Amino acid sequence: MPGNGEAILEVRDLVKHYPLTRGILFKKQVGAVHAVDGVSFDLRRGETLGIVGESGCGKSTVAKLLVHLERPTSGRILYKGEDITRLSGRALKAVRRNIQMVFQDPYTSLNPRMTVGDIIGEPYDIHPEVAPKGDRRAKVRELLDVVGLNPEHVNRYPHQFSGGQRQRIGIARGLALRPEIIVADEPVSALDVSVQAQVVNLMERLQDEFDLAYVFIAHDLSVVRHISDRVAVMYLGRFAEAGTDAQIYEHATHPYTQALLSAVPVPDPRARADRDRIILTGDVPSPAHPPSGCRFRTRCWKAREKCARVVPPLEIPDWFLEGGGPEAHASACHYAEERPSPE
Amino acid sequence: MTQPEAVAPLLDVRDLHVEFRTRDGVAKAVNGVSYSVRAGETLAVLGESGSGKSVTAQAVMGILDSPPGYVTGGEVLFRGEDLLTMGGERRRRLRGAKISMIFQDALSALNPVMSVGAQLGEMFSVHDGMTRQDSRAKAVQMMERVRIPAAKERAGDYPHQFSGGMRQRIMIAMALALEPDLVIADEPTTALDVTVQAQVMDLLAELRREYRMGLILITHDLGVVADVADRIAVMYAGRIVETAPVHELYAAPAHPYTAGLLGSIPRLDHKGKELHAIKGLPPSLTDIPAGCPFNPRCPRARAVCRTDRPPLFDVAPGRASACHFWKETLDDAG
Amino acid sequence: MPEPEPREPGSLAPDEAVTPAGGGASSLATSDAETLEGGPIPGGTASGKARSLWSDAWHDLRRNPVFLVSALIIVFLVLIALWPGLIASGNPLQCDLAKAQEGSQPGHPFGFDTQGCDVYTRTVYGARASITVGICATTGAALLGSVLGGLAGFFGSWGDALLSRTADIFFGIPIILGGLVFLSVVTGGSLWPVVGFIVLLGWPQISRIARGSVVTARQHDYVQAARALGAGNTRLLLRHIAPNAVAPVIVVATIALGTYIALEATLSFLGVGLKPPTVSWGIDISNASTQIRNAPHMLLWPAGALSITVLAFIMLGDAVRDALDPKLR
Repeated sequence: MPGNGEAILEVRDLVKHYPLTRGILFKKQVGAVHAVDGVSFDLRRGETLGIVGESGCGKSTVAKLLVHLERPTSGRILYKGEDITRLSGRALKAVRRNIQMVFQDPYTSLNPRMTVGDIIGEPYDIHPEVAPKGDRRAKVRELLDVVGLNPEHVNRYPHQFSGGQRQRIGIARGLALRPEIIVADEPVSALDVSVQAQVVNLMERLQDEFDLAYVFIAHDLSVVRHISDRVAVMYLGRFAEAGTDAQIYEHATHPYTQALLSAVPVPDPRARADRDRIILTGDVPSPAHPPSGCRFRTRCWKAREKCARVVPPLEIPDWFLEGGGPEAHASACHYAEERPSPE
Repeated sequence: MTQPEAVAPLLDVRDLHVEFRTRDGVAKAVNGVSYSVRAGETLAVLGESGSGKSVTAQAVMGILDSPPGYVTGGEVLFRGEDLLTMGGERRRRLRGAKISMIFQDALSALNPVMSVGAQLGEMFSVHDGMTRQDSRAKAVQMMERVRIPAAKERAGDYPHQFSGGMRQRIMIAMALALEPDLVIADEPTTALDVTVQAQVMDLLAELRREYRMGLILITHDLGVVADVADRIAVMYAGRIVETAPVHELYAAPAHPYTAGLLGSIPRLDHKGKELHAIKGLPPSLTDIPAGCPFNPRCPRARAVCRTDRPPLFDVAPGRASACHFWKETLDDAG
Repeated sequence: MPEPEPREPGSLAPDEAVTPAGGGASSLATSDAETLEGGPIPGGTASGKARSLWSDAWHDLRRNPVFLVSALIIVFLVLIALWPGLIASGNPLQCDLAKAQEGSQPGHPFGFDTQGCDVYTRTVYGARASITVGICATTGAALLGSVLGGLAGFFGSWGDALLSRTADIFFGIPIILGGLVFLSVVTGGSLWPVVGFIVLLGWPQISRIARGSVVTARQHDYVQAARALGAGNTRLLLRHIAPNAVAPVIVVATIALGTYIALEATLSFLGVGLKPPTVSWGIDISNASTQIRNAPHMLLWPAGALSITVLAFIMLGDAVRDALDPKLR
């Protein structure tokens, strides 16, 4: 069952700041964009961790850090106990085999000058030890079949496929090296509703078949809920709240999570009358100048003086630990509490 | 024009056909679409990419890219007058003043080298012949209307200095500036974050009530539709496959495609199970299947669906479905 | 008649699923796709052949009259540059002073120049110098520029800054002044100093284009995807970036070829480029310019040949650009 295995990925205090520079030849640092600012979590074998957040919250940067497309400013990513953030060369290449990525945009994530066969077969060119040369063609066809595409189409180019089919090609490429972890950054958000469901189903089926652990990053709360075992809500570079899907969706205690959940349009017109929406005022502050203390305080209706002064840690509130039962989960708010239910 | 407003529709699209002539053949984007909107009503046009929902709106607005797009048939009656046959000058004057449009991407729809105050003010000086000073004051007033904080100070700012949500508010201000009778909003909140989307949709709904405008909301988002629409028209492969009042459609869809769309949304009780995805892909518009265009993907398809194109059957008062087996679909849903 | 847009994946908006364009052209992308079960959609198999972007571009070019006309002219020019004897039987250096500046006469349709040389023969033989300089200079500038620009764009950092500023310096040199100075130092009057000079001034333009298109290509997700697979820089550059960044370089180089030919003629006209006995349109134009009142035919033919050649290459470049990037139209 998902979530019962050992942690294969442990992320500790991950920080990524992008320097803002001025000057052309002699660059001078004038500030930094705090894209990710202290994120920690565990990922267990075979489970799905969903990360939700709005644009600019840093969730895509987390994805890039996990697959080593960016190096963190500080913090550690332990894969089976080994810190992979400082790896390079051969050791890094070996780790990469086990952590793969699926990208958001099916139109730019496939090289338009390569055939589908070359795209899915490229992992074997880079890691020749995985499959002997003679087997590769067969392996590529098998992968196409696994993701629900016609193996006869290996010689086609990406532009001959629709968005949903391209996303399947991207998934096949990610699967080629038989990784243990797949980091999926908004894998279905560019797709139509009916095709979205197909791809979500495919990802769930593959998870069972290959015992994959997913880090599923998205802004669509209902998709994340459907596929995730555990969910983390991200705001301006930090986790606001983390727990199982039921804990987050039924018993949210962080004001941001509550606002986010209440803002999602419900596909049921009967819900219109008894919707109790929290309409947030204002916009997300710039990550180049994040607010002091709690990141959410500038839009929060509960904010008090303490919120500007003290950074709220992501931990289970005391009252929750004592009397919360199975709903108790971590929340980065000084005044965390559940919303009274509308019923 | 003597009919009471409640009866005569504001906009009446009748049997509209649009095609795109491309190298790969003729793409039939809109194939006989009819819908109408009354004053004060919100009609949601729901469909996936390639369904023809946006092309229909572009044809109504007269902003279709031509070539390659051509309106090849039908009527677009605005207060009883056909927009497609009226003179260019007259149509241009209606556009903006009586019918206006809100686009998905506010950043590319606004002029980047003009301050937002000037762009808004231009609406008044061009259409109403106001003086510079008056139009500027009106512009600030409009910005306050759409709740842009510190409107007076920000009127001199350029579009890129605003956030996505604020830019969309400015677009709404421009669309509503001349108090049009009808607003067409093409995916107005798709590019926005959820929390900002809620703000903007609320604002739009409120202003619509205040101005008693007709609103055509073009979207792919079943959640947004459920929140604000009065009636829905579901489009597939350039046709309307189902129209219904919003409550009835969500309670019991009368077309298998609508049922499929509703089933595709992840819901609480589906957790851990497969989503009810619609199999296959939307058809190519250059090669729409004979009979019912949905038949290759339809779980209910029988021989008749491959040969006979279903017309829109009246299902109930105000409801219609283009499915031979609408009764069965409705029974199963209910 | 505007050609409809060919399918160009790069030109599709990322949020294709929701853009208005999705209602029209982009949905065609599914025309030769198959259902999820793997079986083809009934009737949708007509265009089931694999089509690369180059073959798409070729498909467009073959139907473009501008391309056909300019390509025909260029093929013709290259042929006579290689074998001028094909259409001219005389010797461009064999002149008869007695016939100086005489007009058209049987066997000598273009008349004679000041030295009494046959203008027709000299115009035909002049193609060789122009085409050679044009092709060599373009090849040199394109290779140098795209390698430097490509590496700078890929690796960024201080090398990039250094290259960009160096290119700026070269951009600042006035071409004619630079040519007068450079070519009066590096003398000889043969082709190679001229080619060398044009490469020297031409590469920054190409490197700027190459750098820009590599920077764009580098940001694409498929490059990130290959990186995440563990691909090295060589693979990234050669397999993923270069094939996707080369199109603008080809377009600019083709157009530059035309201007380089004009530049060679200008330098030869000014007396610092090619020198007799090399036969060049620039030299002939220079000689004829003093006699333009009494013998305009001497100017007309070499100048006309030069104009047509330059125009042909520029038109070819335009046609290639249209085929490779429909968005630029």
